[in-house]
Amino acid sequence: MSILNSKIPEGPISQKWSNHKEKIKVVSPNNKRKLEVIVIGTGLAGASAAASLSELGYNVKAFCYQDSPRRAHSIAAQGGINAAKNYQNDNDSVYRLFYDTVKGGDYRSRESNVYRLAEVSPNIIDQCVAQGVPFAREYGGLLSNRSFGGVLVSRTFYARGQTGQQLLLGAYSALNRQIAEGGVKMYTRHEMIDLVTIDGKARGIIARDMVTGEVKRFGAHAVVIASGGYTNVYFLSTNAMGCNVSASWVCYKKGAFFANPCYVQIHPTCIPVHGSQQSKLTLMSESLRNDGRVWTPKKKEDAEKLRKGIIGPNDITDTDRDFYLERRYPSYGNLVPRDVASRAAKERCDAGFGVNSEGKAVFLDFKYSIERLGRHTIEKRYGNLFQMYEKITDVDPYTQPMQIYPAIHYAMGGTWVDYNLMTTIPGLYAIGEANFSDHGANRLGASALMQGLADGYFVLPYTIGDYLANEIMVPKIDTNRPEFIEAENNVVARLENLFNIKGKTPVDHFHKKLGQIMWDNVGMARNAEGLTKAIKEIQELRKEFYKDLLVPGEMKNVNPELEKAGRVADFIELGELLARDALNRNESCGGHFREESATEEGEAKRDDVNYAYVAAWEFKGIDSEPVLHKEDLFFETIQLTQRSYK
Amino acid sequence: MADKILNKIYVKVWRQNSPKAKGRFETYTVENVSQGTSFLEMIDILNDQLILGGKDPIAFDNDCREGICGMCSLYVNGHAHGPDTMATTCQLHMRKFNEGQTITVEPWRVGAFPVIKDLMVDRTAFEKIQQAGGFVSVNTGGVPDGNAIPILQDDAEEAMDAAACIGCGACAATCKNSSAMLFLAAKVSQFAKLPQGQVEAKRRAKAMVAKMDELGFGGCTNTGACELACPKSISIAHIARLNREYLKAKIAD
Repeated sequence: MSILNSKIPEGPISQKWSNHKEKIKVVSPNNKRKLEVIVIGTGLAGASAAASLSELGYNVKAFCYQDSPRRAHSIAAQGGINAAKNYQNDNDSVYRLFYDTVKGGDYRSRESNVYRLAEVSPNIIDQCVAQGVPFAREYGGLLSNRSFGGVLVSRTFYARGQTGQQLLLGAYSALNRQIAEGGVKMYTRHEMIDLVTIDGKARGIIARDMVTGEVKRFGAHAVVIASGGYTNVYFLSTNAMGCNVSASWVCYKKGAFFANPCYVQIHPTCIPVHGSQQSKLTLMSESLRNDGRVWTPKKKEDAEKLRKGIIGPNDITDTDRDFYLERRYPSYGNLVPRDVASRAAKERCDAGFGVNSEGKAVFLDFKYSIERLGRHTIEKRYGNLFQMYEKITDVDPYTQPMQIYPAIHYAMGGTWVDYNLMTTIPGLYAIGEANFSDHGANRLGASALMQGLADGYFVLPYTIGDYLANEIMVPKIDTNRPEFIEAENNVVARLENLFNIKGKTPVDHFHKKLGQIMWDNVGMARNAEGLTKAIKEIQELRKEFYKDLLVPGEMKNVNPELEKAGRVADFIELGELLARDALNRNESCGGHFREESATEEGEAKRDDVNYAYVAAWEFKGIDSEPVLHKEDLFFETIQLTQRSYK
Repeated sequence: MADKILNKIYVKVWRQNSPKAKGRFETYTVENVSQGTSFLEMIDILNDQLILGGKDPIAFDNDCREGICGMCSLYVNGHAHGPDTMATTCQLHMRKFNEGQTITVEPWRVGAFPVIKDLMVDRTAFEKIQQAGGFVSVNTGGVPDGNAIPILQDDAEEAMDAAACIGCGACAATCKNSSAMLFLAAKVSQFAKLPQGQVEAKRRAKAMVAKMDELGFGGCTNTGACELACPKSISIAHIARLNREYLKAKIAD
């Protein structure tokens, strides 16, 4: 029997959430005023949670490392947000969204959580419209939809190619209203460095003021981690430069289990790497696959000529183009899920059909849709994305096909949470990308925004009450307690330790090395040998890091290098756990592809007998191996089948 | 296409250790930069050089590096976000510069945005303007169906044009009066085009303008420089709409 209690409510799947809501406790308004909640991160999940909790009457302290909550990386999400509205009359429903998400996640998510996500999704659209989010509209004035990968209906709502921005600015506006009213105290340019627990419960945090360098204590009755995903462990990813795992990682080291770290999403349509000086990768929205066709040349000699710059893509006739997604997956075509599309692109490039000088790119071509719909329509749908592409590559995608290649994009894994989104530490919650709960081994497009806002607006504000109802007699948390002083001392010692190594190597060099180890061995295709090697190399890198790191500047001033050093120290530890988790999971599922487990056609092969579980890891000390706890996954509503998009 | 290499460029950067410290320009040499490198990646290369040489690297704000978060700023050769149009500093690439060129890099020079360190400035003033009224006062839950109120497609598009603002501060940094009118107008105009924004329209326009004045931003004299500097090309027509909204509110008083 696992020690993990996922607290899935009784009853049929469609009744679980309403049954649960009826049973959980509620805190009275006068008691809410006495309770404090800390929220880490102000992306879609964090901002929506902080605003909603404050509206309910809780006292909220919200933290972000940027200079404004509006800058959180949710802002960069382009394509859209899913919701089971069935506005298109195409037979969409809560059940269908639930089914698509479980199947898209390759049957490695918790059914009950996914159903709830689908169930609250329509409310999100209503909420955003009421906030003044300018979603795209039809001529009749009603909301417009488009399609995303892995789905046969149109349920994606969007605001041009800036949906994440508009949804975040909506949540940000709700947050601003609460800041103005005094319900939320906002701490910008503050980074959480440790979690404080008292008698086993989360009671506060230690944060560093990134302007003065001061280390500060903050107390609360509950702490919510909404700090996003960890894919910058690969150095090059589509995440913002500052995105990091540290808030989640200190919680892991204080006893919160970390689940399925090996499930990372590799997004098929990113701008290819251009050299050794690159600092990050840029995504081109999945929505582009609605109107763009993916291809490589049919003939190897054409690919070679392209790589040498002897011919251009438009010199290749239609008959000599291999629209490989349409060929391999006729029913979903260019709109297969991300993991499938990424592997297919890799397969073509590995086979020698890559089209850029390094042979690591395929084409995404809009010629056909421009012919069909006219340039104006394409411009209206994707204008900002085309502009973004042109700025980076100096190539006009209206006349030349885009070059794209898969890149690390999103973390499905994260802190383990129960149905209430509470971690294994009482009073500590994880929401949005920071938790593991909804996307299984692969996330469908336009579902990250949905999950972030579902957690923040409609799930956590209910479930946190169930815990806080038992805390109403607990007075304001005293940050002079020994637990806080000890945590602060540890943080200061840790920062001084990093600062005083005074070796020869700046932190970015370590980060790049880590990224290379991860991409080479824990990337799109993994095997036992490579993973074992990666674990060893990462352990060596850690030793080197603590021997040779060079952090310049001052402790008590703005010091981006010191910030990065702390983050990379945590990434190195996470990298090892990620490789360990990938090694343990000797099956292919979703974004996790083990070469040992593939069908004859090269598709991912799951092993439901041995691996239909969530792998939740418990920290046992820095030089000890973590302990694996399994949460068995039960599929009561959906039958497990081998996923097919043919 | 293979990008050309810039063998040598000179970067003249504003260095200032803290808000109260005296600042100065320092010129550094950077070698072997591919023109496909972004401008901020070039600063990364320079910083690496500085750290290895035992010097303090240049502090500058940046995050998404894809032109949407609004965290990056900088005047590059006197232009907010550099010589490229419709781009943020992080979208600027070295192909816009030439061999041997001296590139001057400064923080935003706006009274309401004090320098924190080197190229980093404090834009809290923008937060305060948003907090004064940049929202529709609806709580979570209890709202009507998303399709309950049809909105003319053109209105939604125009609202979106305004809502594209990334809050970077280039408008105020470019304005000779250090006015935040385009930033403020983007929010007011977005809500003015939508039925959801009507209920609080009067209060919003007055409160946001009053806050902007209180924080020490200047007034608008219609030079249009902000629109040219704006990486999202937000039109000054939105300022006209803000003025109309403000006037309507004042007349009603």
